[in-house]
Amino acid sequence: MKETPLSNCEKRFLLRAIEERKRLDGRQCYDYRNIRISFGTDYGCCIVELGKTRVLGQVSCELVSPKPNRATEGILFFNLELSPMASPAFEPGRQSELLVKLNRLLERCLRNSKCIDTESLCVVAGEKVWQIRVDLHLLNHGGNIIDAASIAAIVALCHFRRPDVSVQGEEVTLYTPEERDPVPLSIHHMPICVSFAFFQQGTYLLVDPSEQEERVMDGLLVIAMNKHREICTIQSSGGIMLLKDQVLVCSKITGVKVAEITELIQKALANDQKVRKEGGKFGFAESIPNQRITAFKIEQSPIDTDDVQEQAEEIIAKATPPSEALANPVLWAPGTAQIGEGVENSWGDFEESEKEEEEIPEEKSPTTEDQTMEMGDTSVGTKNKKDETIVLSDSEEEDVIILEPEGAQKNRAETSYKQDITSKKTGSKKKRKSYSHKKH
Amino acid sequence: MAASAPRLAEKRVGQVVMPGDVLLLPAQPDADGERLRLAPVGPQKGRLVCGPGLRRGPEGLLVTKCGLLRYRGPAGQAGGGTGSGSGGTYWVDSQQKRYVPVKGDHVIGIVTAKAGDIFKLDVGGSEQASLSYLAFEGATKRNRPNVQVGDLIYGQFIVANKDMEPEMVCIDSSGRANGMGIIGQDGFLIKVSLGLIRKLLAPGCEIIQDLGQLYPFELVLGMNGRIWVKAKTIQQTLIVANILEACEHMTAEQRKQAVAKLSES
Repeated sequence: MKETPLSNCEKRFLLRAIEERKRLDGRQCYDYRNIRISFGTDYGCCIVELGKTRVLGQVSCELVSPKPNRATEGILFFNLELSPMASPAFEPGRQSELLVKLNRLLERCLRNSKCIDTESLCVVAGEKVWQIRVDLHLLNHGGNIIDAASIAAIVALCHFRRPDVSVQGEEVTLYTPEERDPVPLSIHHMPICVSFAFFQQGTYLLVDPSEQEERVMDGLLVIAMNKHREICTIQSSGGIMLLKDQVLVCSKITGVKVAEITELIQKALANDQKVRKEGGKFGFAESIPNQRITAFKIEQSPIDTDDVQEQAEEIIAKATPPSEALANPVLWAPGTAQIGEGVENSWGDFEESEKEEEEIPEEKSPTTEDQTMEMGDTSVGTKNKKDETIVLSDSEEEDVIILEPEGAQKNRAETSYKQDITSKKTGSKKKRKSYSHKKH
Repeated sequence: MAASAPRLAEKRVGQVVMPGDVLLLPAQPDADGERLRLAPVGPQKGRLVCGPGLRRGPEGLLVTKCGLLRYRGPAGQAGGGTGSGSGGTYWVDSQQKRYVPVKGDHVIGIVTAKAGDIFKLDVGGSEQASLSYLAFEGATKRNRPNVQVGDLIYGQFIVANKDMEPEMVCIDSSGRANGMGIIGQDGFLIKVSLGLIRKLLAPGCEIIQDLGQLYPFELVLGMNGRIWVKAKTIQQTLIVANILEACEHMTAEQRKQAVAKLSES
């Protein structure tokens, strides 16, 4: 997808506005857009917003063997990606000129300035060192990618914690975060890029150009500096002639801006640290509402429960009593016996169980009705009824006489009835119902 | 999921719909049958139009965009889904930025190339639109319009479908410009969402009336989300452009306050 071309009328208007010292978003010439830093739930993850430009930074680490010429130094790796998500003009998987330029500038700003102590990333000299990888993704392109990317990279690096390792002789132990707290990287200073856009052969100068301003600018000057006012990188592109004074003015402005941004970064890091310690919501999680259900729907469907009782009674009345056929007693275990698959209980304890249940019906009958209502479906209700009839003709499993030790009971459960549990439930129900029938 | 349960389209007018939702249409098989028997030829009166964001599915209307479901009655008056059942238009009022050319839409295009007899225009769609140099008012083979690459052109689509390159003209059916043509060199172009453009173009839009009380300004609204503004000075143009951009996320109250504040200063 091609980039939307800039019309002549926009170009003219922008240049005239700059001549009048006015910017589209109402900023002054030396003003930055609003910077917002938020952190992810994991260490080493952050999103930096510079106006409408958003960059996601993620740091990861890996134990690798070092480069042969630098046996005691860890490896730093930076990678900025411009996906079509940021702007339709960016093509996926293509190294555009802009991307190469930005990546190179980032490396110069962060690696060549030696802001990270690479010696401390060494585990076993010549054998194992940490490779720190900084992945930066542009989420939205609103101009001045390099400033946002450099802030995101340094913030992510400051936020990152690598797993702790210990070396005892030949043995290297890597500790999980549960065993030992991960350790932060040692960072000497924080270089931050500040971009200046020049218009009309350097007559006009703007800090932090927006996307539209970038498209009409003549030249760009990027200065990377840390808060100690040490210049880490300086790069001028676009082929404009700059005077010594202009560069000096720019470096002075950079010093002020870097001090402001560094303070903001430190505040954001300290804030995140505090919230993490307190166990509150941190990272992107703070923007997510606390388990709030945003959409919920209950669809009502009417269930006819009026004549359930009558129907059940009718079925019970119509049902034929279980056959009196007596099967051979089955000996499950020494001292226990079962007759048939389920025959009317003629044992003494039957009386007791009936008595127990006698008290229940009044309480229980509404609950069963509730149950069918909760199921919310008439078909379920009818199924229930069907079940009852089946169990009835099947005769009472519940009343099977079992006088066996625990182990044997298990054995029985395994071998015989699948309906064991359901029948127990329905069996009691039915019994109660027959009871009420008798009462009537 | 509750969202996937088919619901009657009438009941959901004015509610939020999501892509994948199925909207049921009131069944009218017997009415259709009768009509077919009585008048086999001629347009059906109760014809239902399936607008943007909706697609005809096997069960009913399939929603393809998220937004508010809208309905307009068959006679053009806002029916509001009052059980008229037959006819009318359903569409989804969604917020999007990507423009898809529609026949008859008035848009602002940027000239990207001059290729022989035609100009290529960027309209924000997936493909560039073509515009013949003869499609201007009073243009003849000898009298060519003065169009440069990078110019803004306000025109209308006469061909816009998914299989062909869209084509624009700057004249109406009687050959008059009717406001279309090249837009002047001054002024500023801003891009807003398509929803805001529709809001601004709605009859009796308050935003433009409110802004008109501030200063006099010229305004061209393209259905492709582009707005060209020109006021007396750069400052005034910037103010109008910024208010129009901000209108997207402002309530009527906030807007009135902002305008009042500006008119004081």
